Amino acid sequence: MSTAPDNPWLSWEYVQRNWSDIATALSQHVSLTLEAIALATAIALPLAALAHLRPRLSGTVLGLSGALYTIPSLALFAILFPLVRDRRVTVLVGLVMYALLVLVRNILVGLQGVDPAITDAARGLGYGRTRILVAVELPNALPAVITGIRLATVTTVALVTIGVIVGYGGLGQLMFRGFRSQYHAEVLTSTLLTVAIAVVADVVLWGVGRLATPWTRGLR
Amino acid sequence: MDAVREALVWLNDPLNWSGPQGIVSLTVEHLAMSLVAVGLAALVALPIGVWLGHRQVGGTATVVVANATRALPTLALLLIFATTGIGFGNRPTVIAAAIFAIPPILSNTYTGLRDVDPAARDAANGMGMSPMRSLLQVELPLALPLVGAGLRTSAIQVIATIPLAALVGGGGLGVIINNGFALQSYGEVLAGGVLVAVLCLVAEAVLAIVQRLATPPAIRARDAASRERANAG
Repeated sequence: MSTAPDNPWLSWEYVQRNWSDIATALSQHVSLTLEAIALATAIALPLAALAHLRPRLSGTVLGLSGALYTIPSLALFAILFPLVRDRRVTVLVGLVMYALLVLVRNILVGLQGVDPAITDAARGLGYGRTRILVAVELPNALPAVITGIRLATVTTVALVTIGVIVGYGGLGQLMFRGFRSQYHAEVLTSTLLTVAIAVVADVVLWGVGRLATPWTRGLR
Repeated sequence: MDAVREALVWLNDPLNWSGPQGIVSLTVEHLAMSLVAVGLAALVALPIGVWLGHRQVGGTATVVVANATRALPTLALLLIFATTGIGFGNRPTVIAAAIFAIPPILSNTYTGLRDVDPAARDAANGMGMSPMRSLLQVELPLALPLVGAGLRTSAIQVIATIPLAALVGGGGLGVIINNGFALQSYGEVLAGGVLVAVLCLVAEAVLAIVQRLATPPAIRARDAASRERANAG
């Protein structure tokens, strides 16, 4: 009679033995998240600004982004991969699309929430439309922009794991391998690391937000 | 675009629509799993949300629950369940989807009941209604639109989550995507992705109509009026 080997949920031995795999998955996860958020922010800012300057477009932009957001990530990856045929590009494009939707919405809401008295004052000082946008509205919308980036980042960290469907899911890869071999420590370690990335990223962005918007401190 | 042509060929094959692993029965299974998951979530979230909203306590708690679940990947919870005694297939997926469906129902129900016009509550009280009767006949009907919105959000989210079942040996429309990847038949993958996407978009449209029909005309008129005021102001 042989007893089943220990299968603990937490095991430091697992981490030591599989450190190189964990490090690979971790860096894949983090780099995918960073690239996706950077690309999405770079696209979202001008898009939201355009929708803000042309209010007629904002309905279309929001409606389209709402419809796209309804499509599950698994289905989006399944649609993209046969067309792109590249694992990393598929996951990256999918992540950028979802982050874009969250960001455009938040930035647009931020731009539209700027006190009209402030833009009026700027107009009275002789500011042109573009200058009002860049020098007055965007800085005032910064808290909303940062909230959007935080939300998009936390969502993206979780979404990367769905990349397992194309075999490029960062820590999701380890989770799935652990599930297949019923290795408890592998499943839980990669889960905890994913949550840790999300929490750390959120705290860092919160700090950046505080530094970037010193005028909001002391209020409320 | 080879994959697009292959996907069209795959979708045009009647054999792929019928049978136990056909599109029709997978869609039925998908919807049945979604219904169970939303039902489970509502069973937990509705009473708690109604009670907390009625008593007007626990606002922070509902926000914390909503934020905490955002950082945890659905796949992680699903795989943890599938690695434990809950077993493979549909059961861990339905439970994981149900857990992630709780926050939208909870927070909307809570907000709906908390934000009932205090004047309406006062009037019910003044008419001699007991708190229970006021809750059932005054507060709940007034909160109904938001409760419905919460159920709709969670239903859409669940329908979008159920495809993950295929990864742990379960059913639903995700099976087509998973089979396609296993066979490296990317036309099938593309077809499966489009089917899941279409199901979600159709569900969203149908639920929007249901919500509109289920809202009493008086409340619909009230909401429309307040929207107009907001737009004018």
